[in-house]
Amino acid sequence: MTRSLVWDRVATGVFWAIGVFVVLVLGAIILHFLLASIGTLSLDFLTSDPSRTELGGVGPILWNSFYILVLTMLITVPLGTIGGIYMAEYAGDGRIPNLIRLSQELISSVPSIVVGLFGLALFVTALGWSFSALSGAMALTVFNLPLMMRLSEQAMRAVPQDERDASLALGSTKWQTVRHVVLPLAVPGIITGIILTAGRIFGEAAALIFTAGLSTPMHYDFTNFDLTDPQSPWSPFHPATTLSVYIWKLNSEGLGNYVRQIADTSAAILVIAVLLFNLGARTLGSVLHRRTTGSR
Amino acid sequence: MAVAATTPRSSTLRGSESMAQRLDLPRRITFLAAAVVILLVLLLLTFITWNGVQIFFHSNVPLSNILSTDWAPSDSPAQFGIFPFIAGTLGVMALAAVISTPLSVGLAIFMAEIAPGWAKNIAQPAMEVFVGIPSVVWGWLGITILVPWLRQNLSWAGFHLGFSWFAGSLVLSLMILPTITSISYDVIATVPRDMRTGSLALGSTRWQTIRHVVLPAATTGIVTAIVLGMMRAAGEALAVQMVIGNRPVMPTGLTDPLTTLTSQITLDMGNTVAGEAWNEALWTMGLVLLIISFAFVAFVRRLSRKKSYA
Amino acid sequence: MTTEENVSIAEPPTTQVAPATPVAIRVAVRPEGAEQVVDNEVRIKVEDLNIYYGARRAVRGVTMDIAANAVTAFIGPSGCGKSTILRCFDRMNDLIPDARVEGKIVLNGEDIYAPGVLPVEVRRRVGLVFQRPNPFPMTIYDNVAYGPRRHGQSDKKALDQIVENSLRRAALWEEVKDDFRKKSGLALSGGQQQRMCIARTLATEPDVILMDEPASALDPISTLKIEDLIHELRQRYTIVIVTHNMQQASRVSQMTAFFTLGEDRAGYLVEYDQTAQIFTNPKQQLTEDYVSGRFG
Repeated sequence: MTRSLVWDRVATGVFWAIGVFVVLVLGAIILHFLLASIGTLSLDFLTSDPSRTELGGVGPILWNSFYILVLTMLITVPLGTIGGIYMAEYAGDGRIPNLIRLSQELISSVPSIVVGLFGLALFVTALGWSFSALSGAMALTVFNLPLMMRLSEQAMRAVPQDERDASLALGSTKWQTVRHVVLPLAVPGIITGIILTAGRIFGEAAALIFTAGLSTPMHYDFTNFDLTDPQSPWSPFHPATTLSVYIWKLNSEGLGNYVRQIADTSAAILVIAVLLFNLGARTLGSVLHRRTTGSR
Repeated sequence: MAVAATTPRSSTLRGSESMAQRLDLPRRITFLAAAVVILLVLLLLTFITWNGVQIFFHSNVPLSNILSTDWAPSDSPAQFGIFPFIAGTLGVMALAAVISTPLSVGLAIFMAEIAPGWAKNIAQPAMEVFVGIPSVVWGWLGITILVPWLRQNLSWAGFHLGFSWFAGSLVLSLMILPTITSISYDVIATVPRDMRTGSLALGSTRWQTIRHVVLPAATTGIVTAIVLGMMRAAGEALAVQMVIGNRPVMPTGLTDPLTTLTSQITLDMGNTVAGEAWNEALWTMGLVLLIISFAFVAFVRRLSRKKSYA
Repeated sequence: MTTEENVSIAEPPTTQVAPATPVAIRVAVRPEGAEQVVDNEVRIKVEDLNIYYGARRAVRGVTMDIAANAVTAFIGPSGCGKSTILRCFDRMNDLIPDARVEGKIVLNGEDIYAPGVLPVEVRRRVGLVFQRPNPFPMTIYDNVAYGPRRHGQSDKKALDQIVENSLRRAALWEEVKDDFRKKSGLALSGGQQQRMCIARTLATEPDVILMDEPASALDPISTLKIEDLIHELRQRYTIVIVTHNMQQASRVSQMTAFFTLGEDRAGYLVEYDQTAQIFTNPKQQLTEDYVSGRFG
């Protein structure tokens, strides 16, 4: 064999090795946490209150994660999608659209801990909301708005220009074209974007430490709808530690015999959540894609 | 056939232009939503900068103090040198990039050039899941598995490896791997097919084609990917904080514990009082982080303006 | 309707004839005989139309009258601006950022480029059929009803009638009448899709129908069906068709305009006359060279 062929074989082997290595590492990590949580992970663990003396559960904390997720999405999705419509369909190349793009990049570049500091300064202190789910959700909105905008913009740009031309040639206005042709075709992409953003929000911790706080009511009474009561699970006004923040808190405070177990199992829950969000995004995306492109 | 149904129509080409059409509400409303990001950036800059300079104006700590390498906020006189943290951030970031780049770019090449369809169908979702793993999980993994393993297997008399610069960079390198890989992959995949077939038609091997044709064409993009990975590494807080040992001193060796800007903020913020110098020094560190990130963005923008092939 | 026996396809020009003698091209003869356009009113008046892309002039000084209820063909070598001019008639050129139009295009007494004119209104009166069929991913019914719905028609019975009429006039009714409410527009064959696009345009009740190489993406059988359709439609509508197929132009149109590229790289109108004249006895040498196949 000539030298170059030898090198080609070597290179191919190296690249295969890298590919296999990375996938194995990922698999090992997932497997590690799943195994570590066997025995602890159960419906009971997911719903019970945390305990200082026994193993307890992560019920209220898991609730906080979902609550903040939903609250954040309620603001981020409409704002981000509508902004994305502007960027995809109306914005040209002028100074202001470029300023918007620059702002998106700048916000995306800010470390999440600094976004947390910003949230601390603005929402917790200046606006007086103190440590609360609301402050946390607002900080996460700041952080994820550029992402949501970009994903929905991409989904709309992916719609072929042919469709827009056909609609305009029939005498519709630009908005009619966006509303009746572009948006329906972009919906699968936008939903995939929503699921991806949700996955990111669910695992977020650094931005929440100084906004949603490090404490949470130990027990939630779900029949308590009094939004002013700091013990009500429906109120956004009290501190609400989420699952990710909880792991960090367990690590820094490290008290109790069960810290390792609780943290390992919480990490397993987060990993499973990531897998589910990912799976959801992929399947939903392909199902809707098939439906809207017809039986071509 | 029955009398044709018709659609109402205005009599002139000027149409019956209503107020609504003239206002073009959809355009204005969508614009307002998009412009929110401009407002947010301005707010971010304002609040972080305002709080970040208080240490100079409110507590009257001189710049020389801040830029020194002495961090001793509880001493009197208190020292607020944040240089160790800047050095820590840069050091941890650089080593993470060094460790991660060969793996990430190699994986990108694998996915773009070498992997057959079925392998790609495993690697692609794997990357997406990789990206989604929260940083606390990485940190927890580091502290429960990696650090003890390092301590046991890579330590011997006189050489102690546990919570350290190396551990921090190792965890970070795994975290930034999907970032560098996905961007590099996009860039490599966009290199025109014709270039590859041209090289192969001249009798080159696949590796020669990758090395002499594809990679040079993709260089600018790959560099951008690495820089973006470094940006992510510099901004990472929790995972790093959990494994680097958190000693606020200038790092001297890979095995030394050290601190980064992000981890110090995470550690101290809860224990300081607003309005006091210690607290204000933390805000200054936040401001430094902000400046570093914006500098990165400027650098990446500059890079993207260059093209590696016409 | 054309029957097989009556059609004689134009023969390719023989090259051994001496250049001085123009070669007669036989055109397809319809049972009604060669048609002449006499005393038709003018539907569109074009006055000194110049089109610029940025600083470069792409089309120079076109002046012509488009006859109502007739088919006018634009022919010429590729790149000479025929499609560009066509798209000015419904202001679709507005969509190209750099494009600028000078001159007048008068439709029913109003200059469509006068200030204050809404492109949307122009497009409701002037329809456009594209080279490649571009059905929306909706049912056939929704596709055809799209235009009227956007223009404000919401009465179900009226829409039903409009859709049926349009499908009949586009010679598609028989093929889809059983399932047009449920079947997706994308599920039709290429030729059927194009006829649906024509039906879609007809539903907006335009005064003028523009066609930009409507059959070039279709197979020969579908092409003939489209040509027959055009022949039917001209009773009610004014049709302007761009085609690179000279035989098609001679089969289908009553008036033909021949454009070419000048030395300044701008397209211009060389000759505009009745179709029979252009193909058998053109007045300009350039025209004759083109129709006899010597260039283009």
